[in-house]
Amino acid sequence: MANVFAGRTGILAAGGAIGLAAALLQFAGNPANMGICVACFVRDIAGSLGLHQAVVVQYLRPEIPAFVLGSFAAALMTGEFRARAGSAPATRFFLGMCAMAGALVFLGCPWRALLRLAGGDGNAILGILGLAAGVFVGTRFFKAGFTLSRSQAQPWSAGAMIALVAVGLLVVRFFLQPDPVAGTLNWLWASVKGPGAARASLFISIAGGLIIGVLAQRSRFCTMGALRDLFLFRQMHLFSGVLAFVLVAFVANLALGQFKLGFEGQPIAHTDGLWNFMGMAVAGLAFALAGGCPGRQLILAGEGDGDSAVFVMGMLVAAGLAHNFGWASSPAGLGPNGMAATFVALGFCLLVGVMNLKKA
Amino acid sequence: MADTKIVDARGLSCPQPVLVASDEMDALGSGRIEVLTDCGASPENVGRAAKAKGWRLVSSNEENGIVRLVLEK
Repeated sequence: MANVFAGRTGILAAGGAIGLAAALLQFAGNPANMGICVACFVRDIAGSLGLHQAVVVQYLRPEIPAFVLGSFAAALMTGEFRARAGSAPATRFFLGMCAMAGALVFLGCPWRALLRLAGGDGNAILGILGLAAGVFVGTRFFKAGFTLSRSQAQPWSAGAMIALVAVGLLVVRFFLQPDPVAGTLNWLWASVKGPGAARASLFISIAGGLIIGVLAQRSRFCTMGALRDLFLFRQMHLFSGVLAFVLVAFVANLALGQFKLGFEGQPIAHTDGLWNFMGMAVAGLAFALAGGCPGRQLILAGEGDGDSAVFVMGMLVAAGLAHNFGWASSPAGLGPNGMAATFVALGFCLLVGVMNLKKA
Repeated sequence: MADTKIVDARGLSCPQPVLVASDEMDALGSGRIEVLTDCGASPENVGRAAKAKGWRLVSSNEENGIVRLVLEK
């Protein structure tokens, strides 16, 4: 079956549509310059499950399971669902942890880095440069023969595990009502102030997430892949989708009054340029070695890739630890252990890179 | 066909199928290569890489989740 999103027009349309959906989700109530952010939303879910107690970032974000289910449905309908796993799952778990640690030092996944740029946040520039640097280092490892070895086919049910969990999370979110005073979502946690309390309505979040999930699955939209293909193959295909994403989000932000140019006082951001760069560089290296940005990992997990599902679990665990142990930044600046976490994550990623070189 | 070079990229995730296929295209210079992949995005990526290198995607068939791409130059 021909994939209409595989061509240049397709990736431009998909990138643009995802950028528009992100701006609209912010307009509908999601946090500023965070219409979608896989790292932040997984972190919010970690908080809602009680894995950390940072009271301003706890909410069972419906977008995350909706991304997975959009991808799952699109993959099933096009015959692309394929249960597979076994390509160094434990390594991928820790790469997922490193990715989250780096992303929370910067305060955003690559999708949010681009949305911050499209919202006028100048601090995103060094983050995006850091991302590019990290991905570039990753491509050098691939050039030198880096591989996490082959995955194998798995039973259908193994590939559908993450989709099952996604259904579970949406059912839970659907039936539990937020208590605006107690800061709970029935037996879950839910912020009453801060970014965790900024949320679009349930149905808008689910619809937006499903649409983005389908589009990302069909188009293979990936911010890390965009940079990687540019560095490795001089290919502009995915990169053109990323450009469309930024451009459309920028125009939509202008139209919706969501654009604010500057460095100081940007929403859910800090101005420490060096660590914006370093955090994203570590995250970029982890994404490159694992084969996808956080958004792409969710989409792959929905398509049946158990190794990507493990990467996502690593992100979830690290999100909890990042707030428990002071790795995560806040608008006030770096967390007390943010630098240490960044260096440990960097060291681990480099070790993984060197230890998995297969060529002589 | 006897002179067809087989590149088995099954089980490899992005970007490795494109990398091994590209290495083989560079090593051979010209000829016929058959790439086996089961990574969702790879058939399109390999096709784009082949085009960029002046190779022709002769056929692309899927069987049991394995895509068989035939490249010629």
